[in-house]
Amino acid sequence: MRELKLMKGNEAIAEAAIRCGVDGYFGYPITPQSEIMETLMAEKPWETTGMVVLQAESEVASINMLYGGAGCGKRVMTSSSSPGVSLMQEGITYLAGAELPCVVVNVVRGGPGLGTIQPAQSDYFQSVKGGGHGDYKLIVLAPNSVQEMADFVELAFDLAFKYKNPALILSDGVIGQMMEKVELKEYTPRWTNEEIEKISPWATTGKGAHRGRNVITSLELEASEQEKVNHRLQAKYKEIEKNEVRCEKFMCDDADYLLVAYGSSARICQKSVELARENGIKVGLLRPITLFPYPVNEINALADQVKGILSVEMSAGQMVEDVRLAVNGKVKVEHFGRYGGAIPSPGEVVEALKQKIIGG
Amino acid sequence: MAEVLNDIIKPENQIYGKSEVLTDNVLHYCPGCSHGVVHKLIAEVIEEMGIQEQTIGVAPVGCSVLAYNYLEIDWQEAAHGRAPALATAIKRLRPDRFVFSYQGDGDLAAIGTAETIHACNRGENIVMVFINNGIYGMTGGQMAPTTLEGMKAATCPYGRDVSRDGHPIKITELLAQLPGTGYVTRQAVHTPAAVRKTKKALRKAFENQKLNKGTQLIEVVSTCSSGWKLTPVQANKWMEENMFAFYPLGDLKDE
Ligand SMILES: Cc1ncc(C[n+]2csc(CCOP(=O)(O)OP(=O)(O)O)c2C)c(N)n1
Ligand code: SF4
Repeated sequence: MRELKLMKGNEAIAEAAIRCGVDGYFGYPITPQSEIMETLMAEKPWETTGMVVLQAESEVASINMLYGGAGCGKRVMTSSSSPGVSLMQEGITYLAGAELPCVVVNVVRGGPGLGTIQPAQSDYFQSVKGGGHGDYKLIVLAPNSVQEMADFVELAFDLAFKYKNPALILSDGVIGQMMEKVELKEYTPRWTNEEIEKISPWATTGKGAHRGRNVITSLELEASEQEKVNHRLQAKYKEIEKNEVRCEKFMCDDADYLLVAYGSSARICQKSVELARENGIKVGLLRPITLFPYPVNEINALADQVKGILSVEMSAGQMVEDVRLAVNGKVKVEHFGRYGGAIPSPGEVVEALKQKIIGG
Repeated sequence: MAEVLNDIIKPENQIYGKSEVLTDNVLHYCPGCSHGVVHKLIAEVIEEMGIQEQTIGVAPVGCSVLAYNYLEIDWQEAAHGRAPALATAIKRLRPDRFVFSYQGDGDLAAIGTAETIHACNRGENIVMVFINNGIYGMTGGQMAPTTLEGMKAATCPYGRDVSRDGHPIKITELLAQLPGTGYVTRQAVHTPAAVRKTKKALRKAFENQKLNKGTQLIEVVSTCSSGWKLTPVQANKWMEENMFAFYPLGDLKDE
């Protein structure tokens, strides 16, 4: 049954996971996302859907539990916040190398180091450029509402299994902690073991008499073979870039200037667009929903129309590099951000637009 | 002559054969290495229990990283030290399967200490096979957490100095103290009698998994002739005289 509820972004992730038939959640507490595991433990899904929920001894363990579960073809996920996700990078590159589908949620907080428990967007590079070693990509989704926190769990699993690739939901402390109305989907049953053998014939489900052994590994000692593995991965990433770009435009049709922002910054920028327009400045907003693949063509096309672009992030300037690559010198691109846990106000963004782009 | 040969291959005359769970791939292990013997024993136990189609192995990083080439079962290859975390999730999500991890001393008792202790402490229903050769074989014979005092290795060329390097760790004794572990034993494969005992221990561990008896830990004190820079025969002798003195064989716990 569909249900309307008022809940926190973190709680929405947990509810959505149970409802979309996730098999296992493995995690380690860290603020500002601990409500995800707390909600799961309180809901006791092992008594209803059969979902396994386990508090691991560290993020290193939880990401490797994902490897084990994903290797069996199960739908498994974890969540953490920045310091914990840093600890997961080894496991994430192994998951990417072994081409295992799974979902990781990062409810980002300010860094570096232990930083602050306040929200930030300073893990963009880590998420889209590969925080671990080797040439790999994650599918990265950036929700900007509690509704999207819920919806992106299923979307992330769909994409992860479609491409046999880990998917990351890159959220932040604002979206994780804020309460909004959310429509929860009906329950879909977990896949049966028989279904899994059909959906993921590569999985280690126990070697049936009908097939040879399945091996999940990211090891290929022969350089020429390892290069082939890399070629295959790169071809897959190209395919993802071709098919899966998602973004949202707000008041772009007549815009003279453009803001680019994702997640909670995009929420703030929506207000900035309205403020600027009240002052007679025609501003639009492009919100990337997928950070990999990045909406390169969409931004490039808008660069033909607008006079300048401001990338707004709660970081010292990370995504702005991808905006510049997309714009390819056509117009001026600047960055504005508050960071280390600070959040920009809509007015500050308009001011920055005036100073850095319109006046500059 | 032909008659004799025919006689030899009659099934009723066959007293030994290669387990069907072993693949035909040529082992990459050095002569005298214990890894191959332990692989064979696991294969035999799986075959004898008839659980080939229900067993999922987790290979480590170490010389046995390619263990998946040798046993015809489903395998996952873990990051260094993380095998118990993989095995935890596999068993919890597929409780109908037999799950074992296979790990060296560096993997289980250094980089993966946390994963090892906590899997055992949760009493994960898995078998852990622990190959303790007191050295890092794969990377060229560096000091391991289990390297004996005074024993030479590439990163302690003058011998392990416990004031600098700490003492060799008896992780099996430590793990036996945890309520989550069921059967904990230390064996070796240096003589036919020891090989038979190790096989019995492995069989018991897998049988216990069927009974949900918690984590089953089988340590095999092993030789690394290359790392120790000894011939296979010398390595066995050195192991008996030195390793067994510090790592005595026998059951530590049977619950
Ligand atoms: C994170 C990480 N650190 C270091 C290594 C290098 N490395 C590979 S195997 C190994 C030690 C293996 O020793 P052990 O576990 O005792 O197994 P053995 O080779 O003796 O069977 C090391 C340090 C690695 N692969 N990954
Ligand atoms: S280096 Fe040591 S552990 Fe590795 S295969 Fe050779 S003898 Fe065995």
